[in-house]
Amino acid sequence: MNNKLIISGAPHVHSPENVNKIMWGVVIALIPTLLTSIYFFRFEALLTVSVAVASCLFFEWAIQKYLPKQTPTTSDGSAVITGLLLAFNLPSNLPIWMTILGSLVAIGIAKMAFGGLGKNPFNPALVARAFLLISFPVAMTSWPTIRPLFGDGIVDAMTGPTPFGFLKEGIAQGIPLSELMQHAHVPSYASLLFGANGGSLGEVSALAIILGGLYMLWKRIITWHIPVAFIGSAFVFAAILSAINPEVFINPWVHILSGGLMLGAVFMATDLVTSPMSPKGQLVFGLGCGVLTIVIRVWGAYPEGVSFAILIMNAFVPLIDRAFKPRIFGK
Amino acid sequence: MKTFKIGGIHPDEHKIRAEDQTITLDLPKQGIVFVSQHLGAPSECIVAKGDKVKVGQLLTKNENFIGANVHSPFSGTVNKIDTIYDASGYRKEAIVIDVEGDKWLENIDRSEMIKREISLDKNEIIAKVKEMGIVGLGGACFPTHVKLMVPEGRSAEYLIINGVECEPYLTDDYRLMVEHGEQCLVGVSILQKALGVKTAYIGIENNKPKAIEHLKKLANSFEGIEVVALQVKYPQGAEKQLINAITGREVPSGKLPIDAGCVVCNICTAHAVYEAVQKNKPLIDRIVTVTGLHVEKVSNLFVRIGTPISMLLDAVGGVPENTSKIISGGPMMGKALFSADTAVTKGTSALLLMDESLAHRGETTNCIRCAKCVNVCPMGLEPYLLGALVENENFERAENESVMDCIECGSCLYTCPSYRPLLDCIRVGKYTVRVLQSKRK
Repeated sequence: MNNKLIISGAPHVHSPENVNKIMWGVVIALIPTLLTSIYFFRFEALLTVSVAVASCLFFEWAIQKYLPKQTPTTSDGSAVITGLLLAFNLPSNLPIWMTILGSLVAIGIAKMAFGGLGKNPFNPALVARAFLLISFPVAMTSWPTIRPLFGDGIVDAMTGPTPFGFLKEGIAQGIPLSELMQHAHVPSYASLLFGANGGSLGEVSALAIILGGLYMLWKRIITWHIPVAFIGSAFVFAAILSAINPEVFINPWVHILSGGLMLGAVFMATDLVTSPMSPKGQLVFGLGCGVLTIVIRVWGAYPEGVSFAILIMNAFVPLIDRAFKPRIFGK
Repeated sequence: MKTFKIGGIHPDEHKIRAEDQTITLDLPKQGIVFVSQHLGAPSECIVAKGDKVKVGQLLTKNENFIGANVHSPFSGTVNKIDTIYDASGYRKEAIVIDVEGDKWLENIDRSEMIKREISLDKNEIIAKVKEMGIVGLGGACFPTHVKLMVPEGRSAEYLIINGVECEPYLTDDYRLMVEHGEQCLVGVSILQKALGVKTAYIGIENNKPKAIEHLKKLANSFEGIEVVALQVKYPQGAEKQLINAITGREVPSGKLPIDAGCVVCNICTAHAVYEAVQKNKPLIDRIVTVTGLHVEKVSNLFVRIGTPISMLLDAVGGVPENTSKIISGGPMMGKALFSADTAVTKGTSALLLMDESLAHRGETTNCIRCAKCVNVCPMGLEPYLLGALVENENFERAENESVMDCIECGSCLYTCPSYRPLLDCIRVGKYTVRVLQSKRK
């Protein structure tokens, strides 16, 4: 027996879970989306993702080492998640220096300035996206058309609006939706699901995102509350609008399957650090995200509303945590 | 299958060698009997150095309502009255007895015969339970006679017997149920009679199918005893959770089980009550699980209270070389000993040895707000918040956030991926709030 016994308070056993496992679990969940983005946007997707991940890792390492002089914790995987999510929120043809600048904003301002992992009130990748969108609106909204890896490559180097941008502009010009929906820019539901959306890297295939979400549910990294409340409330709100006037308001299926809604609901709104703690709070948070997304999409200046909706709801998290608590046993 | 509604965790069970028979350990050369072995007002020693004692002889007195007697587990001579470190790490008054032979008081029935007929009435039973020093053997050591005296204005509807043994590694309750099931059930009937309760439920988790089957079969010949199989989930053995699992009721916040019409006793306690009431035998021995992943011969040992822990450790093949932690009790709520130079008490359910690789906690990192602690807390509390409030010394808000409702089951710390010392903070919070509350009065 060792001369000295170790004394500590109970419990003396711990679950096999730890922060690194959770973070790398999210990275694994992001792989289907990564593969589809490479499939649809080819080399440019690979380049954007690589640059974003590498620069996020570098900035986190450099800031921890030289500014607060901590031991760098880059191996925990959280910077990889930020890099991947940031890349998934960018068009594949964005100039590389903008991607690097975005990574600096995400890691430096949105994460490390608040104290690093666990302390940031806003989702770092979304802060960077919002920063880039406001600073470089043209570069951030010229979307390359998709070019599947094994399809014909004739449509190279073309850019076009996202289905949403196209529909929104059409509606603004007074063209009835039933007419707009026939246009080639609007993909069928099947291709929305399997991937054929023009847009950011990560929003091309709803199915790949759902697959990643199911993996995170299985691994108990996230619970169902936020994605279900987010997607459900967006769908219901859009359905009500669409029922009022189907020629002006886009059908709810298009709303939930296209654009960043799936990506936002599954990967961005569920970010552990920036979402509420109690199941009730998570439902309220998801509901807020869903309703705000539709409000911004329908009445806002931007065609896309997911990232702003989540950032706005991030700001409400402390309030939600205070207002929606779990029920205490016996009270 | 039934279980409690809120939270809970599933730690690895590690019920090692649970099917092995209990081994009766030899008497020690010297026994160490702590004077106070219960929760409540301390007892007073009534023997002196040089006194001759017999097995079953009263060693202490306690005139308080919440007090419990201690009887000599050995015959021999009192060597000295000393202060000795107990499992909590404090020096406590103890009687050291040089063991000579094994002479019992005459009035203790030592026969093997199982006596089922209960001749004592309600008040006589309670008096006997008090006299024989019976305390709750689930771990808290709360004097049992106090539980049996239901305060006026309230009534007990159900007797709940805890055969859950939800702590990993522990198998002593299991052995008792399998090897002495009938005595346990007579004990339950006695408790029913003392409380005037028609229905008793024995809750057993379904990882112990043999115990469930055995007691179910026996219960057919008893009146109003029902064995309830429960889904495996920690902390089902906590009394509020067990009541919830079996009856669906919730003990109101800050109240006692009796406020939900229930009295909860451990199965071991029921067995001790049987021996006290039917055999006139005080609480002087118990089963202790001595276990650990690297222990050579994991065993359940039937020992006299006061047996030095070193003897139990020798009986399982000695303490392995790389042992870094010895826990008195289970891994979730047990206390880490800083020395093996202490003795078995009424509340010693197990000794758990851990090697170097299991003895340390992980390094604490920032909270990532994963909400796992909130999801597992069986009381519906927010451990992350309570931890932060205590770290910021905001005890008033911690009180408003119901820190006092914490049952210290450790599920939050078990599940925290950042290894934050949540329960340690909450304990500090509870202690400080208790001080603040008493100042307010």
